[in-house]
Amino acid sequence: MINKQHDTPADAVADIFDGATVLIGGFGAAGSPIELIHALIDQGASDLIVVNNNTGSGHVGLAALIEQGRVAKMICSFPRTAGSTVFPDKYQAGEIELELVPQGTLAERIRAGGAGIPAFYTPTSVGTELAQGKETRTFDGREYVMEYGLTADFALIKCLRADRLGNLIYNKTARNFSPVMAMAAKTTIVQADSIVAAGDIDPEVVVTPAVFVNRMVEVGEPLQESAMVASSVSYP
Amino acid sequence: MSNTSQEVLGWERADIALNIALDIPDGSIVNLGIGIPEMVAACIPADREVIFHTENGLLGMGPPPDPDSEDPELINAGKRHITAIQGAAYFHHADSFVMIRGGHIDLCVLGAMEVSENGDLANWSMGSDDAAPAVGGAMDLVAGVENIVVATMHCTRKGRPKLVRSCSYPLTGIGVVRRIYTDLAIMDVSAQSLEVIRLAPGIDFDYVQQRTEAELTIKTA
Repeated sequence: MINKQHDTPADAVADIFDGATVLIGGFGAAGSPIELIHALIDQGASDLIVVNNNTGSGHVGLAALIEQGRVAKMICSFPRTAGSTVFPDKYQAGEIELELVPQGTLAERIRAGGAGIPAFYTPTSVGTELAQGKETRTFDGREYVMEYGLTADFALIKCLRADRLGNLIYNKTARNFSPVMAMAAKTTIVQADSIVAAGDIDPEVVVTPAVFVNRMVEVGEPLQESAMVASSVSYP
Repeated sequence: MSNTSQEVLGWERADIALNIALDIPDGSIVNLGIGIPEMVAACIPADREVIFHTENGLLGMGPPPDPDSEDPELINAGKRHITAIQGAAYFHHADSFVMIRGGHIDLCVLGAMEVSENGDLANWSMGSDDAAPAVGGAMDLVAGVENIVVATMHCTRKGRPKLVRSCSYPLTGIGVVRRIYTDLAIMDVSAQSLEVIRLAPGIDFDYVQQRTEAELTIKTA
């Protein structure tokens, strides 16, 4: 019998190892799997390479993971959202590496990684400093930049509802990068507001099919990162 | 108080947004950047149906909600609270940029630090002055959307021209801008120059040229 369900976020992230590449869902605070990130802080893994659109805000979630010195490198498109001071300070101090990737290229690199495509050509960034040192090729008279697919050891994502087999649906713009991240990780770990019986999600509306999900944990009333940032909460 | 009249010469920011909105055809799919561009949505004439795309995964972005019905999981690319219209669709980030890169968005309105006379755009990095460089979706938008227009004040707050011969800040894209809307004029990017197609009320061509490093011409019909 298939059983992907774990009792606690701590159980679900227990084997994340030093130096792992971890995809973390969310766009700003929307869709951030904050309980899984806090469990990763408690767990202690370090030298992580983290992929997220941003770098967290305030002193909770991803910002707290960075603040604890656990992230060696961020791969992201926009590391200085309003209220984001932890990453810029560490970056200026030379304590963390940054790989800056245009947002659509980041999404497509993750999608390609999950789809078994090692590299692809995109018109994005042609002629800019983000294309420096990258292979280019001309198709039908237009220049394109080669970008590599991106895979990872783990993905941490949040969804609205999962069924017992791991089929997922999301909530509004909290979906963002999570479906492609679920495809690109060896081990995808999901926190769901609720986990329901198989069959309780209409197969026509499943967004992430269960094949992309390895572990799930139910977090009934997840913390709201934006509210925590607004009230200056710190973790731990 | 003597220079107050100087400061209000030309169009206000809201007028720039209105000028853009009035040029958007009925039925367009539009992506709006941050700043003056986001003011365009509220200026669309009531008899036109324009659908707004936000790259974090929503087609059919509606106006901001009342403060008591804000949803932390319903935000736009600028991370502000929004609503979704009847008939909206949510999708993941790779699909969102398929819409952009695949040429499915009709028009994108962006802010600018600099635009060159051949339509190069610089709007993501101040170079070495940046605390941490951040690009977001700007490079994808200019590479994928056919019709890129810029909404900006004509000069920086310090009076430095933003419309230049060649950009000094790092580029977002080469030769991508089609039209520029400023507080002083509306200009099309042509092969030779920036062609002025409209001047703000009370503003003459020489006044604009004096505040523009790029060469301007008057568009002839």
